[in-house]
Amino acid sequence: MSVVGIIFSNIHDKNISELTRMRTMASVPFGCRYRLIDFTLSNMVNSGITHVGVITHYNYQSLMDHIGTGKDWDLARRQGGIQILPPYITAFANTQNSLYTTRLEALKSINAFISGCTEEYVVLSDCDLICNIDLDAMIKHHIETGADATFAIKSSYIAASDRNSISIIEYNENCRVTDITEHTGYVGGFKDINLNIWVMRRKYLEDIIQDAIAHNYTDFTKDVIVRNLSGADFRVYKYDCYFASVSSLADYYFCSMDLLNADTRRALFGVNNRSIFTKVRNSAPSIYSSDAQVKNSLIADGCVIEGTVENSILFRGVKVGTGTHIKNSILMQDTLTGDNIYLNCVITDKNVVIRDGRVLSGHETRPFYIEKNSYI
Amino acid sequence: MIKKKEAVAMLLAGGQGSRLYLLTERLAKPAVPFGGKYRIIDFPLSNCINSGIDTVGVLTQYQPLALNEYIGNGQPWDLDRTFGGVMMLPPYQASKRADWYKGTANAIYQNIHFIRKYDPDYVVILSGDHIYKMDYRSMLDFHKKTDADCTIAVFEVPLSEANRFGIMNTNEDMSVIEFEEKPSQPKSTQASMGVYIFNTRKLFEYLTADEEDASSEKDFGKNIIPAMLNAGERLFAYKFDGYWKDVGTIDSLWEANMDLLGDRPMLSLRDGSRRIFSRNYAEPPHFVGSNAVISNSLITEGCEIYGTVINSVLSGGVLVEPNAIVKDSVIFNDVIIKSASTVNYTVCDRDTVIGAGSVVGKERQEAAGITLIGTELVIRDGTVIPDNVKVSAAFLNELYEKGGVGQ
Repeated sequence: MSVVGIIFSNIHDKNISELTRMRTMASVPFGCRYRLIDFTLSNMVNSGITHVGVITHYNYQSLMDHIGTGKDWDLARRQGGIQILPPYITAFANTQNSLYTTRLEALKSINAFISGCTEEYVVLSDCDLICNIDLDAMIKHHIETGADATFAIKSSYIAASDRNSISIIEYNENCRVTDITEHTGYVGGFKDINLNIWVMRRKYLEDIIQDAIAHNYTDFTKDVIVRNLSGADFRVYKYDCYFASVSSLADYYFCSMDLLNADTRRALFGVNNRSIFTKVRNSAPSIYSSDAQVKNSLIADGCVIEGTVENSILFRGVKVGTGTHIKNSILMQDTLTGDNIYLNCVITDKNVVIRDGRVLSGHETRPFYIEKNSYI
Repeated sequence: MIKKKEAVAMLLAGGQGSRLYLLTERLAKPAVPFGGKYRIIDFPLSNCINSGIDTVGVLTQYQPLALNEYIGNGQPWDLDRTFGGVMMLPPYQASKRADWYKGTANAIYQNIHFIRKYDPDYVVILSGDHIYKMDYRSMLDFHKKTDADCTIAVFEVPLSEANRFGIMNTNEDMSVIEFEEKPSQPKSTQASMGVYIFNTRKLFEYLTADEEDASSEKDFGKNIIPAMLNAGERLFAYKFDGYWKDVGTIDSLWEANMDLLGDRPMLSLRDGSRRIFSRNYAEPPHFVGSNAVISNSLITEGCEIYGTVINSVLSGGVLVEPNAIVKDSVIFNDVIIKSASTVNYTVCDRDTVIGAGSVVGKERQEAAGITLIGTELVIRDGTVIPDNVKVSAAFLNELYEKGGVGQ
């Protein structure tokens, strides 16, 4: 069984426009030392997938910097390995023929990559899925059922306040998909949400794309899935471990803080033989001074802590000055805080410098975000 | 096509390090963990790459498995090269002879063909048991400027300790007059760091001559350097004024770890320019619980701290349960320190479990020495382990037979 992975790296960028102004959704920093794509990439590698294509659209410099040759995920290979698939415009493009805007158009644009692969199966996945899923089991399930395509779902509570589009999958007793709807303004309750991980035969994907090109389809869900619900055999694969995806800045904050729960950490990082890999930075271990006071926090290597840190997430290379109190906050890579600062519900992007004595506070539902390279 | 390297480094990593006792029972001294996420050999290897030396032969002999596995293809140090890179050089069987390495000089002699392949002008000899950050390039510049045949890096030690080192007596221009191994009446305080740069041609000449001398101990310090001095070759001492420590004993290994702590640590791993590289194992960030206390300590990724950690260095994956206290200690990877136990003034090797309510070691001020705990041991709940002992599986068996378990 040979499988190639395809990752959409710009999908849902608009969900957290603050963090994706200068980067892809895939390269949004998360959990002290990771980028969102690390989860999907590691899941693929841990499931024996050693050929991965990453579809990019715009702002993908930070993503390329993060992935490098792919060696940190063991994806620097002579056969397969990781391939970045940037957008392109053909020599015959006219003004209308600009960059793609939907998932299906993205797939059309990498048609050559897909038909050039030799693998029998393909796994398509979004880049913003925070989970540790055994894709191998899902692929085996797909082969056993003989379905045309298999979609991963998870029963989740959907709150009325979830404003962003969540796709909900309905299925019958044979686990065949009967309907896919985009959630808008649901009143609350448990529903099976689409995790945006699909498994199918590569040939089947090629056919879909050919058909889409022939009919000038643009929307994967509407034009391909829903249109074929009765004709094709689409099935669900039920996943029931930890899953989160980020739909807003408040949601990003919430998901990050959720890492302070031991159960969440165990489900993501404590699975045997299924480590989450990331780019190696060679930071020294974190150093705590004699005055450091740290409670309920998650801290990466390379930090220097001289003050108080409470319920917070510190990325690599963060410095917390003397007398400084960091509370309920997320400080990204190389944030430097001076002395006697008070921060509450603050998210600092990379390389933020906060000078002595500043007092900044947001609220859980509306964390105060400070842009990359800012100086306060 | 002619290919050559200006300098090739030869790293002596075959030593047993018997004064590290349990720590080196199953691995060579250079593979001993240090400073949370490093191993001793990371220092010379990182120094090489940071000094622009990309060809390193690592001479192994004693328990090389852990070291081979750790170094692999050298990728973490950027030493995976198409021409050069890092190469493990164990003793081997040749058509006419098969020999273990009989001394530091003999180890290099047996690998002359390796050095020759790169046709270097200079050979840098390093040892794998010192903690220091050094720019070999500026030493090489000094070597060229003085037109030396051999340059020996020296380090200022207190006069009272000079009798434990190889001491270089030099003229004002740093040319070496005399070399004394562990002199009882030291004439200077310049100790050899075990870092040598040789002109390749001279090195080969003296190694070959030394090999033929049956009475020689085949050692750089004892034979090669004195022979070169006697023959009137140009030997110079190069002064190094950074941090340097031989971590050949449990006490010095502990001290070197402690030197990483404090507001102004004696050895900083944080300056960006001369970073120390190491192999990384994809561990999650470390977590600090709500009732944890961490003071003046170094904590590595993968740790979970719910108890108290004071003046200590913790490697990756260490679990400190609630109400446990770790003080003045160095704890290696994946050790589990169970609830309400106390670990004082101890070096604990990897994968050991310290049972709940156990008491290991004594407060540093009262202890007669460091308590050393071996690897993969299970110390039962409520065990009392005194200070200044070396805890192996046999030690524990004896202790439990005598009923030495606490309440």
